[in-house]
Amino acid sequence: MLKAAVNNGADAVYIGFKDDTNARHFAGLNFNDGTAQKAVKYAHDHGTKVYVAINTYPQPAGWTRWQKAVDIAADIGIDALIIADTGVLAYATEKHPQLDLHLSVQGSATNVEALRFYKEQFDIQRAVIPRVLSMAQVKQLAEKSPVELEVFGFGSLCVMVEGRCLLSSYATGESPNTCGACSPAKAVRWVETEAGTETRLNNVLIDRFKHGEKAGYPVVCKGRFNVADSTYHALEEPTSLNTLELLPQLRAAGVKAIKIEGRQRSTAYVSKVVKVWREAIDSCLNNPLAFSAKPQWMQDLASVSEGTQTTLGAYNRPWQ
Amino acid sequence: MRLSLGPILYLWPRQTIEDFYQQHLNSAVDVIYLGETVCAKRRSLKPAEWIELAKELSKSGKQIVLSTLALIEAGSDLGNVKQLCNNGELLVEANEMGAMQLMADQRLPFVAGPSLNIYNAYTLKQLHNQGLIRWVMPVELNATTLADILCDAEKLGIRDNIETEVFSYGRLPLAYSARCFTTRYRNIAKDNCQFVCQDYPEGLPMDSQEGEAFFNINGIQTQSGRIQHLLSHWQQMQELGVDLMRISPQPQHTGEIIKRYDEVIQSTSQDTDIQKYLSAPACDGYWRGLSGMDYIPTSEQH
Repeated sequence: MLKAAVNNGADAVYIGFKDDTNARHFAGLNFNDGTAQKAVKYAHDHGTKVYVAINTYPQPAGWTRWQKAVDIAADIGIDALIIADTGVLAYATEKHPQLDLHLSVQGSATNVEALRFYKEQFDIQRAVIPRVLSMAQVKQLAEKSPVELEVFGFGSLCVMVEGRCLLSSYATGESPNTCGACSPAKAVRWVETEAGTETRLNNVLIDRFKHGEKAGYPVVCKGRFNVADSTYHALEEPTSLNTLELLPQLRAAGVKAIKIEGRQRSTAYVSKVVKVWREAIDSCLNNPLAFSAKPQWMQDLASVSEGTQTTLGAYNRPWQ
Repeated sequence: MRLSLGPILYLWPRQTIEDFYQQHLNSAVDVIYLGETVCAKRRSLKPAEWIELAKELSKSGKQIVLSTLALIEAGSDLGNVKQLCNNGELLVEANEMGAMQLMADQRLPFVAGPSLNIYNAYTLKQLHNQGLIRWVMPVELNATTLADILCDAEKLGIRDNIETEVFSYGRLPLAYSARCFTTRYRNIAKDNCQFVCQDYPEGLPMDSQEGEAFFNINGIQTQSGRIQHLLSHWQQMQELGVDLMRISPQPQHTGEIIKRYDEVIQSTSQDTDIQKYLSAPACDGYWRGLSGMDYIPTSEQH
C-alpha cells in the first residue's frame, strides 16, 4: 500500500507502527521496525518522504513503548515524526533534536496561540489542523501561523474535533486518544433479525437496516438515534470528505500539504485516490486560475468513498 | 477533599445564571468556575460581563475561576478568550492550548480544564513549566492511571506543586464539533441559530432506537446520556491525593447534590444515593477503567 502511494506520486507517506502508539491501531495494519526500514528505503529511492505517526496519548503504563517508537523512528532515517502528546514532543525534542516534528491532527490545535506553544516549546515545523475549520478560518489561520499547515483533503469525515472526541471510549472503553481506535471491531456485533440487520457497539443499538439496505460499520457517531420524536443521523451521516474542488483556495491560503487518508484502505483505493490528487494538484500548481475539478476525478473519488457520497465538510460554510 | 462547581455547560438566560450563582455562594463548594466553555455564539453574558460577575462573586471568599472555550474556530473566538485571560485578577481555566499559551505569556498560573489533553506526568510537567497549578483529569482516564500519573509526578518532583481535580458529577463533556447538533435537530442553519439551545436547559437526550440513554446533545458539544456520579469513590480519590471533586451544574437539584456530596465527605452521612435528583441513569465506568457508560450501583460494589 505504501508502494501504491509512492508509485502514484505522493510527496510523502505517513506510516505507523504495529501497536497503540498511532491512531490507526488495527489488526493487519502498520509496520514493525524491519518492514518500516524497508519502506523508508523504498520511498527514499523514489524521492518520497516518510513520516511516522506516533500520535496517540501515552498513559504511564505504556510510556516506554512511545519512547521506543520515537527512538526506532529516529534510527531508521524517517523525515518527520507526527506527534500529538506534549510529553512525547518533549521527549523527541530532547532525545533527537535533529528530527523534524509535525503536530498531529490529534493535537487538536485550531488557533495561532496553540500553534505558537508547539512552535516555541518544541520547534514543530508543521501542524495538521482539525477538520472543523471553514475555508475562511483556514485562510485566517494560515496568514498568522508560525508553522506550515497541512489539511485533510480526502477520507473519512470526523465530525468532531480530532484529539478530543471521547464518544468511542464512552461506549466501548477504547478511544483514539487512549488506544488509537474508534469504535473498535471487538465491540461490534452484526445481528440478523426478521426485519433486517442491526449493528451494535458494546451492545448499544447503533443502527437498523432493512433487507437490501447496505449496512454500514457502526461508527459511534454515524448511527441513527432517537432525539425527541425523530429517528435520524443525529450527529453525522456516513459520508466522506473531499476537498478537491477547493485546491486553488487552499493553495492561495498557503496550505503546504494535503493529507489523504489511506492506512485502513486497499491498495486499489490508495492507487486511485493518490493518482487523482497528484493530477489535480499538478494541474492546480501549473495554472491555478484555470483549475476546475474534472468530472472524471470526482467520479473516481466518489466511487471509492464511504456511502459513495462526498462532502466539503466544515470547509464549506453551509455545513456548519 | 474540597468541592468545586464546574462551568454551566448549557445556554441559560442571564437572570437564571445570576440567580444560580447567588444561590451557590452559600453552598459547600470552595471553588466556582464560570464562563462559556461550549459555544462562542452564546451571549447570555459577554466576556466582559462574565469577568464582572466573577469579580463580584470573588468577594464572597470562594475561589472564582474564569473558564475558556474548549474549541476556538474564528479569530473573534480567540479575541474573547484573550479578554478572559487578560482579566488581570482572577485565575483562568484553560480549556485548550491557545488559552494555556496566553496565560503562559503573562507568566500567570492557570488551571488545565478537562478538555486539555493531559494523559501522563511528562505532559503535566511541561504544562507546569508554563504555569499549571491545577489540572482536571481528562474524563476518560481511570483511577489506576491517575495513581500512576501522580506517582510519576512525584518522581518528576512536581507532585506537591499541583492540585488534581476530578469531574465527579454530571453529564460528561465527550466531544466538540464545528457543527451544531441542536440546530441540526431543529433543521435550521447554525449561522442563524436563534439560540435554540436555550430551549434545552439540560440538553437534548439522544437515545438508541431501543430507547437507551446514549448521548446528550448540547449545541456543538456531545455529552454522555448518563450522568456520571462518583461520590461512592470519594475515599479512593482522597487516598490517591485528589484535591477537588467537580460537580457540573444542572438546572434542577444542583444544591441538593452539592449538599449530599458534602455530607458524605464530611462523614455526617454515608448515603451516596442521589437517584431522586437524576434526570437520567447514572454511570461511573470511566473511573473504574471500563466503558464510560458502565455503572455498578453502590449496593453491588465490593
